[in-house]
Amino acid sequence: MKNNIKYLAVLALGLFACEPEFDNPIDESGAYSSGSADLTTYVAVGNSLTAGFMDGTMFRSGQQNSFPNIMAEKFAFAGGGTFTQPSFDDDVNDSGGFLLAGNPLPGFETRLVIDASQGGPENLNVVPTAEVSSLQATAYNNMGVPGAKSFHLGAPGYGNIANLSTGAANPYYIRHATEPNATVIGDAVSLNPTFFSLWIGNNDILSFATSGGAGEDQTGNPNVLSYGFNDITDPGVFAFTYQGLIDALTANGAKGVVATLPDVTSIPYFTTVPYNPIPMDAQTAAFANNAYTTYNGGLQFALANGFITAAEAAQRTISFSAGQNAVVIVDEDLTNLTGSGIPNLRMTTADDLMVLPSSGFIGTLADPSNPASVNGVGVPLADNWVLTATEIQLVRNARTAYNNSIVAIAAANDLAVADMAVKLEELVSGLRTADGQIYTNNYFDGSSDAISTAVFSLDGVHPNSRGYAIVADEFIRVINEKYGANIPRVTAGYYPGVTVVPTN
Amino acid sequence: MKKLLLVLTIAFSASVMYAGGYRVGVQGHKQLAMGHTGVAVVTSAESAFFNPAGLVYLDGELNVSLGAAAVLSNTSYQNREFGYSAEADNPVGTPFYAYGAYKINDWLSVGLAVYTPYGSRVEWPTDWEGSHLVNNIELSAIFVQPTVAIKLSDKLSVGGGPIYVTGAVNFNRNLSRSLTDEGGNRSNVTIDASGINAWGYSIGAMFRPTEDINLGFNYRSKIDMNVERGEGTADFENLPGALAADFADGDFTASLPLPAELTFGASFKPAEKWLIAFDYTRTFWDAYKSLDVQFFNAAGLSRNPRNYKNSSIYKIGAQYDATQKVTVRAGFYYDESPIRDGFFAPETPRPDSVNFTGGFSYNLNSRWTIDASVLYVHSNEVQNSYGSFVEAGQRVSFGGEYKSNALVAGIGVSYKL
Repeated sequence: MKNNIKYLAVLALGLFACEPEFDNPIDESGAYSSGSADLTTYVAVGNSLTAGFMDGTMFRSGQQNSFPNIMAEKFAFAGGGTFTQPSFDDDVNDSGGFLLAGNPLPGFETRLVIDASQGGPENLNVVPTAEVSSLQATAYNNMGVPGAKSFHLGAPGYGNIANLSTGAANPYYIRHATEPNATVIGDAVSLNPTFFSLWIGNNDILSFATSGGAGEDQTGNPNVLSYGFNDITDPGVFAFTYQGLIDALTANGAKGVVATLPDVTSIPYFTTVPYNPIPMDAQTAAFANNAYTTYNGGLQFALANGFITAAEAAQRTISFSAGQNAVVIVDEDLTNLTGSGIPNLRMTTADDLMVLPSSGFIGTLADPSNPASVNGVGVPLADNWVLTATEIQLVRNARTAYNNSIVAIAAANDLAVADMAVKLEELVSGLRTADGQIYTNNYFDGSSDAISTAVFSLDGVHPNSRGYAIVADEFIRVINEKYGANIPRVTAGYYPGVTVVPTN
Repeated sequence: MKKLLLVLTIAFSASVMYAGGYRVGVQGHKQLAMGHTGVAVVTSAESAFFNPAGLVYLDGELNVSLGAAAVLSNTSYQNREFGYSAEADNPVGTPFYAYGAYKINDWLSVGLAVYTPYGSRVEWPTDWEGSHLVNNIELSAIFVQPTVAIKLSDKLSVGGGPIYVTGAVNFNRNLSRSLTDEGGNRSNVTIDASGINAWGYSIGAMFRPTEDINLGFNYRSKIDMNVERGEGTADFENLPGALAADFADGDFTASLPLPAELTFGASFKPAEKWLIAFDYTRTFWDAYKSLDVQFFNAAGLSRNPRNYKNSSIYKIGAQYDATQKVTVRAGFYYDESPIRDGFFAPETPRPDSVNFTGGFSYNLNSRWTIDASVLYVHSNEVQNSYGSFVEAGQRVSFGGEYKSNALVAGIGVSYKL
């Protein structure tokens, strides 16, 4: 019997040896490190990009793939603690969108999905269930508030439901502001972050851009109370605000990472619809040209009288021909000849950017009974459908100024900088991840390849989950570099992209 | 008795077996215990597998050997850069063998061999990071080989026979790295087929220049296991509603080669009671170019390049008649992986391995013997990847560190009349 025991012991040893152990297992403590950063309490401050907004809204499953949540999962390998996000438990259909007092809140629709039976993006056809007036009054680790501009983060009352009707409050922040007069940055700092991310400023230029330049450039005007929703924030205001946010976040010695703002030409909202989207044969072109004989003649009159230069006359001359044609637009930056009865028209060029929604408008009839009223041909497009070269320059000027401030303030506070402007620019030519996949900023084109590789959500502005994974990976890369940390990276390919439903 | 126990313990701690790719080398406990040598060994009916030519030199008119084993194999995976780790919790594999040899006259023997030289059971956690390559796989093949051996002289014999194979496969993987249904459940496919039949052959020769020296040669042909239309099922699960109609369940065709094996070796008796054997086996894995599965829906042709290379196994084993009742055996072999760098797919995660074997036979009486063996397979940690998964027209790499090992333990009986 004694012998049998000895025999069994040897056998057991053999079995034990069957659990293969790595020389340096990654689940061993010390396998990863946060370097000189302390990831115990990570707080993310920003706008929709930080919140995990995609497909035009916040929805429950999408929020799980916000870039800060993805980062927090990786931070957990290197001392990161719990990471909380605003609750969307009441989004029972996982549809996004808001109710206010039980009624759908206009402008806060359900998420966009591809309807396979129609072939295009549509709002998911269910009634939203998330209620703006159900207040959580909680500071969360994710303090990204969709729609927030830089100066909103420090604005008391931005989370006060009483201010919603005047537009001075934000329904997303209303739902979790700790009290009606709390500020986003105040709630963030109340968590005593040991580490933070700050990505803010996109909306300070983006609403101008997505509105086709319908707002004003407020450069030089520090009075934010006078700003319209679609205006460009004064770079001076931005710099001052940004400094204040960084001061608040670093007050207790926290380290962090900030991000630059990408160019509008990096996002499919502006790059999907070409400037010349209208195909014509010779006969149609001749018919379309006929409608502009008077206008073109007026230009020659204005030129002969010295009202405009020859260059402007050429720029404004409307001429369609067989093949792909540019569209006719109203451009308020042209010399005003309306006094002579000559409208501010020209055709788009490669330097103009058509906004994404124009794809569903160009080519439709303004008057269904009049075949000559084709929008973009017989009927010029209004300012909101196109971001003109002049408007693009305004956006770029502001963006350059903001980014200079971000980089300078980060340097002064010894913070890591994720140059998202450069990272997203890579998407234009193709961004290759470590696994060999190549991602672009193309809008979802319905192909099976795009199901695996699209990184922008259907709103054309925000990344989808896969895109946020690329963002999270870039943040981690620069954190590792700046703080001598060793935090695991992120593989974008495992994250979902577009949602396709059979019918809607 | 105390001395015997010590010998047994040593034999056990130096245990053996397993081989590269999806080869499972457990074709007889006597020979497995000797490092799976046997092409030049004449001990029992196990020769029907190791070298049919040896059957004519067996003592006794009728020799039978039966046995089975349990394969406990484990593979761990980790990727430091991304923080991924997974452990394959493989179900216990159960290779078995049954050999019979009957001596018709002094120069002619016939036999029947039933054995399971190929198989694989790998079960990764469902939806793990490599799930687009494999979630789980089970391959099995039973070889049935009627055998004839002819003694040309006291020094030279030949043998061989046709092989009939019946095999089965069950393989599940996710369709892509990210596709899910509306509920977030990963879209996946299971292919399943059983009763796949094929034919091959085994031939061998044995030369005995002296009483104490044996030389052997054995060749087993390549056998292609083809799943034809209608023989298997492809079950697609968790497709999003918009794609479900395009990925309807159906059948599939596929082909998996069971590669040819060439073995030659020698055995000799350095002293009374001792036998030492050396085998060299070359496995022609280059037959395994690609695992191509043709579906008959939108999934189309799934091409999975393998590009295996031919590999060698170097084996040594010894046996010692410790007492009249007990024979102890031990052995070692080095098994080269047929997998090239960049083709390391997690469904057959077999790096180079060193293999320790041991075992014993206990003679109950002049006719019945109990045979037992153990094998411990050890592989060094390897850093490798599979780079031929195609996603949206791009080859996408999946890799990391792998470490695997296996323990095989089995028992059988031999009968001699």
